[in-house]
Amino acid sequence: MTAVLEVRDLSVRFATPDGEVSAVNGVSFDVNEGECVGIVGESGSGKSQLFMSVMGLLARNGRTLGSARYRGTELVGMPVKDLNRIRGDKIAMIFQDSMTGLTPHLRIGRQMTEVLVQHKGMSESQAVKRALDMLNLVRIPEASRRLAQYPHELSGGMRQRIMIAMALLCEPELLIADEPTTALDVTVQAQILDLMSDLKRVTKAAIVLITHDLGTVAGLCDKVQVMYGGRFMETGTVRDIFYEPAHPYAAGLLSSMPRLTEVRSEKLYAIPGQPPNLQRLPKACPFQERCDFVHDRCVSELPLLREVGPGHAKACHLVSLQNPVTDPAAPSLAVA
Amino acid sequence: MSKELLRVQDLKVHFPIRTGGLLIGQYTPLKAVDGVSFTLNEGETLGIVGESGCGKSTLGRAILQLIKPTDGQVLFMGSELTGVGAEVVRQKREEMQIVFQDPLASLNPRMTVGDIIAEPLTVYRPKLSKAERKELVRDMMAKVGLLPQMINRYPHEFSGGQCQRIGIARAMILKPKMVVCDEPVSALDVSIQAQIVNLLMDLQQEMGLSLLFISHDLSVVRHVSHRVMVLYLGRVMEIATRDAIYAAPLHPYTQALISAVPVPDPDVEKNKERIVLGGDLPSPMKPPSGCVFRTRCPKATDICASDVPVLEEKVPGHKVACHHWGVPDKKLV
Repeated sequence: MTAVLEVRDLSVRFATPDGEVSAVNGVSFDVNEGECVGIVGESGSGKSQLFMSVMGLLARNGRTLGSARYRGTELVGMPVKDLNRIRGDKIAMIFQDSMTGLTPHLRIGRQMTEVLVQHKGMSESQAVKRALDMLNLVRIPEASRRLAQYPHELSGGMRQRIMIAMALLCEPELLIADEPTTALDVTVQAQILDLMSDLKRVTKAAIVLITHDLGTVAGLCDKVQVMYGGRFMETGTVRDIFYEPAHPYAAGLLSSMPRLTEVRSEKLYAIPGQPPNLQRLPKACPFQERCDFVHDRCVSELPLLREVGPGHAKACHLVSLQNPVTDPAAPSLAVA
Repeated sequence: MSKELLRVQDLKVHFPIRTGGLLIGQYTPLKAVDGVSFTLNEGETLGIVGESGCGKSTLGRAILQLIKPTDGQVLFMGSELTGVGAEVVRQKREEMQIVFQDPLASLNPRMTVGDIIAEPLTVYRPKLSKAERKELVRDMMAKVGLLPQMINRYPHEFSGGQCQRIGIARAMILKPKMVVCDEPVSALDVSIQAQIVNLLMDLQQEMGLSLLFISHDLSVVRHVSHRVMVLYLGRVMEIATRDAIYAAPLHPYTQALISAVPVPDPDVEKNKERIVLGGDLPSPMKPPSGCVFRTRCPKATDICASDVPVLEEKVPGHKVACHHWGVPDKKLV
């Protein structure tokens, strides 16, 4: 498989009045052709900032270290002019909030055709035709009427579908969806998930799905990467993560979710403590303060990702969750 | 079953919305809640589910008389809350409290945590001395999992989950009989949700509370509720025990809702045939004739457009408002 996106040792730092904040700390991964990768994490885990930095969309006080290559071309530090040739054309992004993702004072048609005229050099009429095709693909009723409407005239589900249609206009090779269904009602979310799994089959685009919802990941993704405190805690196939989680955080997240299917014991498992404060992240394992199996080594050495099975890796000192003693062979970085 | 605590009878909340007219405005009623009836027993949790705009929050507020109902009755511990003076309602509020969705927005940023939690005491127990009040607040803080030494801090110094604990402490300090929980965990991270759900259930057991648990999250509702009520466009579609609703929902809307929830299990998720409803929620200003759900219902026929289905007990303990009710013809999850 060929990689569409190769990220190596990528870090994101923000300069704030209270000192530097590390949102992402040295992550490396590939997104291959036709693959759907889920990035799972809670708020503040760095999951969104990771891809904002790949797209060159960080806030002004942010900077990216490391490397992110799209088909061999380095994106980090690329001039905006060159970046704009790739963004929207080869790599497209869908944002969570469809009201702020669309420009409120421009008609849908204008917003959709702009990208085609810019990137593909289409004429206005060609672009309108292509926009209509896309609206039909995402199953928007009365597509031609929508082109003349403004974003506020449409419902949330409809706007999210338009965002998806816009992202697909130039047939991107990589589609980054940042919490695409979080703001939607559950029946509308079902429509969008249904649509996305169809698109996965029809288009050959690689998809990155950034979310906190393990349910949406289970249905759509092939691979999953679990983030915490700006690092990958566990990476693997969707089956690895859901059926054989190896990291205490991934396992804890899964068992803290109430289920529709099984009758559970009266009490939910709850991960103790609070989400991490990025300004005061522990130097070693970021999850140490909330982990049920914390050892001395977790406080003094940062665990690095290591394979626990083919394509399945975890960043944890433990031998396994069944045998929660530290593994002397586990690779780590000593921190003072 | 134990004693009835709350009885809601044909409750309606209509908001007049100006739709035209130059000098003399024309108003159309927005029927946020339209004829809702149910009961809540002592120590029981009733889950209220529905999508945004179905009137679940308005219903919760109307029961507490935070919004004045247009019509219908609310009986709390046998006494009427609707159409009585503000002072009568104020006295009853001692027994009924609310926990809001947005933990930070529902706390006054200029008050210390101690003052926020103590406020109900200053209103309803004015005779308490300052020291006694502080003692009660510290006890309550410990009970909801906050460190009592944080009593002089301000809300912005706490995380979302901790702020929700403050909101819960404030609601519980008077030892109420009933608490309306309006999406209490929706704004929280997954790992914090479980903490707050466990806390609410522990407090309920300990204090013998009744909860109205309003949420759009069907998995959480299943975990906390004894009975569940499903709302759509201000009307009750179905109400039954938790197990009946989730194992054998009789209303097509409930079936679609349950089927729509993504399950964190790849095998289940990849093999299930989701019931996908077309379209969006209709405008509550122009609700469809007959059954309000018919525009999105896969089973709708002519009768649904002409006759409003009545909420009736079709199976013992299981009420449905549908002309074509029945058990789902395929597995939902």
